[in-house]
Amino acid sequence: MFPHSRRRRAAAFTALASVIGLTAACSADSGESNDDGVMAGDITVLTWRTDLLEDGTLDGYKAEFEKKYPDITVEFEGITDYEGEVRTRMNTEDYGDVLGIPGTITPEQLPDFFEPLGTTEELAKEYRFINDKSYDGNGYGIAVVGNAQGLVYNTKVWAEAGVTDLPTSPEEFLDALDAIATTTDAIPLYTNYAANWPVTQWDAHRGSITADEEFNRSLPEDDAPWSEGKDLYVIDSLLWDAVEGGYIEEDPTTTDWEASKGMLGSGKIATMALGSWAIGQMQDAADDPADIGYMPFPNQVDGTFHSIIGGDYNQAINVHSEHKEEARAWIDWFNAESGYAESQGGLSPLLDGDMPETLADFEALGDDLVYLEQLPAEPGKETLVTDIDNAAEIGLQKEIYRKALIDAARGQTDETKDEFFDDLNTRWAEARADVMS
Amino acid sequence: MTSTRELAQPPARPLLKKKSALLTSRRRRTGWGWRGTPYVFLALPVLLLVLFTYVPVANMFWYSLTDWDGLDKTKTFVGIDNYVSVFTRPELFRVFFVSLYYFAASFIQMALALYFATILSFSTRFRNLFKGILFFPYLVNGVAIGFIFLYFFRPDGTLDALLDIVGLGDLSRPWLGDRDVVNFSLASTSIWRYMGLNFVLFLGAIQSIPNQLYEAAELDGANRWQQFRFIIAPGIKPIIGLSFILAISGSLAVFEIPFIMTGGSNGSETFVIQTVNSAFKFSKVGLASAMAVVLLAIVLVITWIQRKLVPEEKVNLT
Repeated sequence: MFPHSRRRRAAAFTALASVIGLTAACSADSGESNDDGVMAGDITVLTWRTDLLEDGTLDGYKAEFEKKYPDITVEFEGITDYEGEVRTRMNTEDYGDVLGIPGTITPEQLPDFFEPLGTTEELAKEYRFINDKSYDGNGYGIAVVGNAQGLVYNTKVWAEAGVTDLPTSPEEFLDALDAIATTTDAIPLYTNYAANWPVTQWDAHRGSITADEEFNRSLPEDDAPWSEGKDLYVIDSLLWDAVEGGYIEEDPTTTDWEASKGMLGSGKIATMALGSWAIGQMQDAADDPADIGYMPFPNQVDGTFHSIIGGDYNQAINVHSEHKEEARAWIDWFNAESGYAESQGGLSPLLDGDMPETLADFEALGDDLVYLEQLPAEPGKETLVTDIDNAAEIGLQKEIYRKALIDAARGQTDETKDEFFDDLNTRWAEARADVMS
Repeated sequence: MTSTRELAQPPARPLLKKKSALLTSRRRRTGWGWRGTPYVFLALPVLLLVLFTYVPVANMFWYSLTDWDGLDKTKTFVGIDNYVSVFTRPELFRVFFVSLYYFAASFIQMALALYFATILSFSTRFRNLFKGILFFPYLVNGVAIGFIFLYFFRPDGTLDALLDIVGLGDLSRPWLGDRDVVNFSLASTSIWRYMGLNFVLFLGAIQSIPNQLYEAAELDGANRWQQFRFIIAPGIKPIIGLSFILAISGSLAVFEIPFIMTGGSNGSETFVIQTVNSAFKFSKVGLASAMAVVLLAIVLVITWIQRKLVPEEKVNLT
């Protein structure tokens, strides 16, 4: 009952927003044309990379950009609690000219807050990863960098434990963890539980287990996604078994993310489940960058590994911005010329971008590894997964249920693995019935 | 002119009994300003209060009647639906069990505060230094405290090292990782943090007791314990009552310490953490507002009951 009325309202708003957008664009155009179409003005870019703001990297980009567009001045605003703060600020009109789209914005809300950057077809000619932030045939954001999903590991420790071949199934992976636990002093698998977000990295593998690029389309049709053999079951079951087997850190509640980077490099930690963005950071923290390896999720379909690829934060233009063209110039320049994606060791958002050196391990697998991108939701069904997930209060991309899973698996509650997954299935099915009705 | 002023002022005191006559004469002299002045001084703080407290609270009531997700441009009125779901989901209230740990801790906290306040109310050497030391934790930023104690409680951290030194190393356990002790660890952090505030409240109250009472008691041969029992304790009864109310509402609304240290995981979730999660993790601002309103109501009801059971008495020490 709700989703219907909500969708209709959203459609009305889309129409309204596009009308406003058009008139705004027109007036902006007429204003600019007096200056022979020269782009000028101040733009504010909201950034979640406070580290790059502090070390001056972003100032370098600013200087380069302003050299090309002398009349535009770029100003950065670094925000530490990016997700929470920007979402709240979006209730006003003042949320910068260019910003990364917060993860909790549902697709149907995109037209209310962001300027369309073009139809998805147009964008797809130039960019990858545009499905994520598109709605109703329009793209609203372009990823600054793309990630491939896998697990970072210390090659020395794994070799010391006698594991030389990449595990091809969860069972082999658990055997490898066991070998590491018995023959080395390293923590076989570090969860980084206390930092919250690292446990959400497991979720990124959904779709790769069954090599299904339509996984997110079929998820809202499924009443029991945590049943044996299905993606979420395989992923969470691997985590459960690793925890239950005692292959994780002694006390997950007091882990330290910053310290974990160095510990992986020095061989105190053997493995962590993190996206490819982390490879560069791990190599920086290691004594010898060559010790850091990257492996796909231990699961094969027809003899090949699959790694999900997708965009990181997407840059978008504030629909209330007075400098939309200048903002667009920044986004285009940032993606095509800044070299940000390469410097981060990530996948370029451009279709013709090269594979980064950090993914050499994946490249070496050749045909044994297939990159898999999820297809966008069908029109009108963009928000289903989020709606069901929120209604069930499970939080696929939030830390809550996976932290509870880790606690249950290490015996802090009386729940068994089956009970835990049954509970998830029940909640999902109930929420689904609610949302679909 | 001068003569009238001289006449009006010096005799003012002896003439206090004729209050009304005096007031009218003053009123006439300064016009409406005399009556209006206090309101001018009140206007700014009240305006700020309205702006930053009452308007947001009113908004919260309104949100609690909608299905707002915190961002949507439209807020659909759903009546009392959110309240119905708050009261039909027992798991939302199960977390109040965690509050019991903090409630019990608040008694230890008050006892300690009272103990220190009593000791330092007698003339003790370096008493100002000790006052500072005891109050200091309350001044430290809550986030910093969270991190300090995260290191304190981690395996082989400060606490384990301390236990090793005194030969109790066997007691070591994952202080935050073990569900049986996590709430004790967090509640004792809370004691450490808030004891200073109680201490200062008690000390202030104790020092307002006239000195002659102690002297008289000493002449009558009362020892320190008797002085505490019959002078100090009854003398600061209202403050103890206030601290008790603060302890109840505080333990129902625990947030900062568990949120920073465990994020509410491993059985340390409190009602406020749950509210924050509903609002910002699951985009249910409507439901979260309803939960906040319910918490407010619970605190008000408990305070009212407490005031009924233990009515405020006028303290008369003489």
